Amino acid sequence: MDKPLTRNIDMSRPPLEIAQYQAVGGYESIRTIARGMSPADVLQQVKDSGLKGRGGAGFPTGLKWSFVPMGDDAPKDKYLVVNADEMEPGTFKDRLLMEGDPHLLLEGMIIAAYTIQASKAFIFLRGEYIQSEKALKKAIGEAYDEGLLGRDILGTGFDLDIVLHTSVGRYICGEETALLNALEGKRANPRAKPPFPQVSGLWGKPTIVNNVETLCNLPGIISHGVDWYQGLGKGIDFGTKLFGVSGRVNSPGCWELPFGTSIREVIEEHAGGMQDGFQLKAFLPGGGSTDFLLPDHLDLALDYDVIGKAGSRLATGTMILLDDKTCPVGMIGNLMHFFSHESCGWCTPCRDGLPWIDQIFSDLEDGKGSTGDLAILEEHLDYLGPGRTFCALAPGAMAPLGSGLKHFREEFEAHISGKCCPYRQH
Amino acid sequence: MNADLIASDNSSTRVTPRQLSAAEIAEIEHELSLYPDKRAVGLEALKIVQKHQGWVSDESLLAISLFLEIPPSELEGVATFFNLVFRRPVGRHVILFCNSVSCWVMGCDSMRRHLAERLGIDFGETSSDGEFTLLPVPCLGDCDRAPVMMVDEDQHRNLTAEKIDGILAQYRQEPDMGNNGNGD
Repeated sequence: MDKPLTRNIDMSRPPLEIAQYQAVGGYESIRTIARGMSPADVLQQVKDSGLKGRGGAGFPTGLKWSFVPMGDDAPKDKYLVVNADEMEPGTFKDRLLMEGDPHLLLEGMIIAAYTIQASKAFIFLRGEYIQSEKALKKAIGEAYDEGLLGRDILGTGFDLDIVLHTSVGRYICGEETALLNALEGKRANPRAKPPFPQVSGLWGKPTIVNNVETLCNLPGIISHGVDWYQGLGKGIDFGTKLFGVSGRVNSPGCWELPFGTSIREVIEEHAGGMQDGFQLKAFLPGGGSTDFLLPDHLDLALDYDVIGKAGSRLATGTMILLDDKTCPVGMIGNLMHFFSHESCGWCTPCRDGLPWIDQIFSDLEDGKGSTGDLAILEEHLDYLGPGRTFCALAPGAMAPLGSGLKHFREEFEAHISGKCCPYRQH
Repeated sequence: MNADLIASDNSSTRVTPRQLSAAEIAEIEHELSLYPDKRAVGLEALKIVQKHQGWVSDESLLAISLFLEIPPSELEGVATFFNLVFRRPVGRHVILFCNSVSCWVMGCDSMRRHLAERLGIDFGETSSDGEFTLLPVPCLGDCDRAPVMMVDEDQHRNLTAEKIDGILAQYRQEPDMGNNGNGD
């Protein structure tokens, strides 16, 4: 099976240097473009490929790009920003790509920047990702030396400079407009939309923000074409995706697999199944902001729509497993504490609602919960739900809470009636 | 803008800006060449000062404010927003302990208790010998090797109580590199 995202990755050695990377076909897509693809040609190919954003929302990449003003009347300054601020709980895929094959990301960035004709790009990297920073710094230097960055790249007349920006924390920076504020040196509060960043983003200029994994899909699409790309998947969505598993399995990890792979295959084959003495109780399919799915869902195919119809979201594709020896209320409480702590404080429902929820979970844990608490939690599902808040942070937090209240009602009630966590006896 | 104007509202709390070092100024000026406006460099400058001083004191914040002509209130708003800008002194080593969901499922609470007991501190505190500051951090993106924590720039994975004891001993023995909490 073709693994265009991870074929060069071997974590037992340093990532490929630029000469090695080019020897195995690296930067071929840029040469293909230099041989005579216009930005409109590239845009069409990416649209035709059906590539969807891998940051969580799954929005079609070509469509997102198509909103950027082009032509002579378009603003001269435009920006490409890479969202490399991986901080979704339970998500560890972009780190692998940046540490394992940094040139693939740079190649994808050149394609994206060329398409929207942005001559400056920023990588907004999580500050804690020290290894990624080192790998990217080295790769950027090599790409400049090779003429793949800087002025007039491979005679195309296209210029591109890349700035590696390391961030200083806050989950909200993953929200693209909050990220832009952070990059401008401001508090990372989200912005009102419209205007969308494609029209008015960084310093008011047209800006595209793409996730690391999304950009890493581009070199293959341009080098090998749409038919090849669409042949990779075995389900509804096209291409491959990084899928991860964490929790009480024998071999937790992250693998590049075709869309349409079953959840069961990922958990039982790639992750080696549950550890002895542990049974799968439920799982979050794509990070901390997704709804719980149950063992009944194991045979579902990993496709955006399939997981959506089951009541959750594919999102980052990194699953977090809940086993039968771990308290579901404790797990949801951990997530609520995280979201409460990471709320930027900009809008009232999120700023006041999440700490209230966090406090209720703390009471439940301490045996101080009352039946009225569950009704308050239910109310928050609405108050903090989609459309009630400024950005998607609080609605994301409501996903594990709402599905948890539905699936684990008994466990919630046992905390109240037993005045302690029933799992603590084990 | 001058320092008197900025800090003139209450003489008892007057802060004198620290003289930024040549190295700090050079690094800030390099960042100025990468961004189209000075304000964007405020956050960069806070990071640079913290790298050299270990933390961002009032005196440092005021110095950056004057250097980049960003009002101190605005810079303070930014400094206190981000988790990893330290507005109080930290220990010789900073432990970023992941307490997000995958690490929690894999038992990070008991690791946290062990660490807190060994160091005699909880989250947000510095050990009395000044060696370690213990901070919680959102998911460190190493969930297949949970529980994890960072000490300074190093990632430590698959933590156990014994492993934590070994890690603490290792950093205690490390000679002071002079770039964390001890100024230039």
